[in-house]
Amino acid sequence: MTFNRRSLLRAGGGLAAGSLLPLSIVKLAFGDEAQDFTFAFISDSHIQQIKGTEFVRNWDRGLIRAVAECNLMRPRPDFVVYGGDIAQLAKPEEIDHGLDMLSALRYDVKYVMGEHDYYLDLGEYWSKQLGDQYYSFDHKGVHFVVLNSILTYDDWTFNRWSSGEERMSVMAGLDDPRGSPFMVGEKQRKWLKKDLSKIDKSTPIVVLSHSPLQKIFRNWNFWTEDADDVQAILAPFDKVTVFYGHVHQIQYNQIGNIAFHSAMATAWPWPYPGSYAQAANHLPVLTVPMNRGDPFFERDATGWQFIDMHTGRADVHYSLPQNENRVVAFNEKTGRPEDTEFQDEDTRIPPQFHY
Amino acid sequence: MKFAHTLLAAAGMAAAFAAAPARADNFTEQDLEIWQSEFQSAVARGREVFTDPKLGSNGVTCNQCHPNGANIHPETYPKFQKQLGKVIVMAEMINWCILNPLKGDRLDLNDPRMVAIQAYITYERRGIPLEAGKH
Repeated sequence: MTFNRRSLLRAGGGLAAGSLLPLSIVKLAFGDEAQDFTFAFISDSHIQQIKGTEFVRNWDRGLIRAVAECNLMRPRPDFVVYGGDIAQLAKPEEIDHGLDMLSALRYDVKYVMGEHDYYLDLGEYWSKQLGDQYYSFDHKGVHFVVLNSILTYDDWTFNRWSSGEERMSVMAGLDDPRGSPFMVGEKQRKWLKKDLSKIDKSTPIVVLSHSPLQKIFRNWNFWTEDADDVQAILAPFDKVTVFYGHVHQIQYNQIGNIAFHSAMATAWPWPYPGSYAQAANHLPVLTVPMNRGDPFFERDATGWQFIDMHTGRADVHYSLPQNENRVVAFNEKTGRPEDTEFQDEDTRIPPQFHY
Repeated sequence: MKFAHTLLAAAGMAAAFAAAPARADNFTEQDLEIWQSEFQSAVARGREVFTDPKLGSNGVTCNQCHPNGANIHPETYPKFQKQLGKVIVMAEMINWCILNPLKGDRLDLNDPRMVAIQAYITYERRGIPLEAGKH
């Protein structure tokens, strides 16, 4: 058993001293160190065009800040995952402006499709710029799978709307009752089965999707309709971790062998489903919520995260520019992700109580 | 009696007020339905305003951050809004949101849109006990 102390962010650099995060982590290495690495995760920037070259400033600032902080990570992350929803209404202008800001990243970026990138032209422009909507890759002994989990029923997609703009605007309203539940779909599930058939069951698997591959709250699509089928495909593997965007808040869970982690948005936070009094929700009891956001601070309750992969398990470090950072780490003893500071009920602070 | 009330209902709200007989507290199931339906129109109008990209100047809508009006907590107003340093009613906080994230102009407190927004937010929170001042 060895202890490694690593400083993840270099002191100095382009940002004000107060916003630098002098993070260091003490890491227990009890496996194959070749599998240990970090990657960063940025998600949900919702770049929104006002007109012409004018965009909503607040959302721009969130992405610019995440990119700048990410570039300061030391040691460097091996790559960055972008978790979907670059754009608000999937306009080419929004995707281009978002990618322009993301191009400042000094790392390779793996992209995930979000519904706000998709429902205008069914992902055509996004794919033209970024390529496949689902794919897999291997990195230092970990098998990564990217899914497009924001598809829905064909009847909804193809038969209901007079234009792509109308379809996009309906799906963009999280609470729009005319929306439709997300799904991975049969085609990708078949592909996933085939992709994983070549992989040894002891190989750590990381799945990247936009929507949660677990069922939390259907009204706001904190939900994937065929999540159970996808989980069944992942069940035979020893160590599986799913990362998703979409929810704009901290969520984590453990279902069987699968650990789930959500990403913060760079744009704005969303309420926990429990604060909507008219519908039942299934927020994982394991989740210690993020602090309630203070709207007077533009970046509060937004942020990005980096993931420390060690022996196939993930520790998620939430970088929250206007709040205390949070760490949700896999606890080998309990076999589930836990907040390293606030997991016990009696350690929680008033802003973590949502109602 | 019954005949008079039917006439009133048929004549609609405005006429009902104008032509009301001198019996102050007489109202029927039908009156209740009318009043409820007037309220529901305000709720529906509130939902329209809440999702209207034209409410502000930058296309941002209220429901972008507050799906179903969640995380507004109408039941806690009036309350001390720490960022403003005083006790305010919900409408003042709504105006803060219109001015800042939406980059719009504040609404008069009796603007029908302001009333409708509050009808919508409060209706989405129905069933929750009043708890003025809570944070």
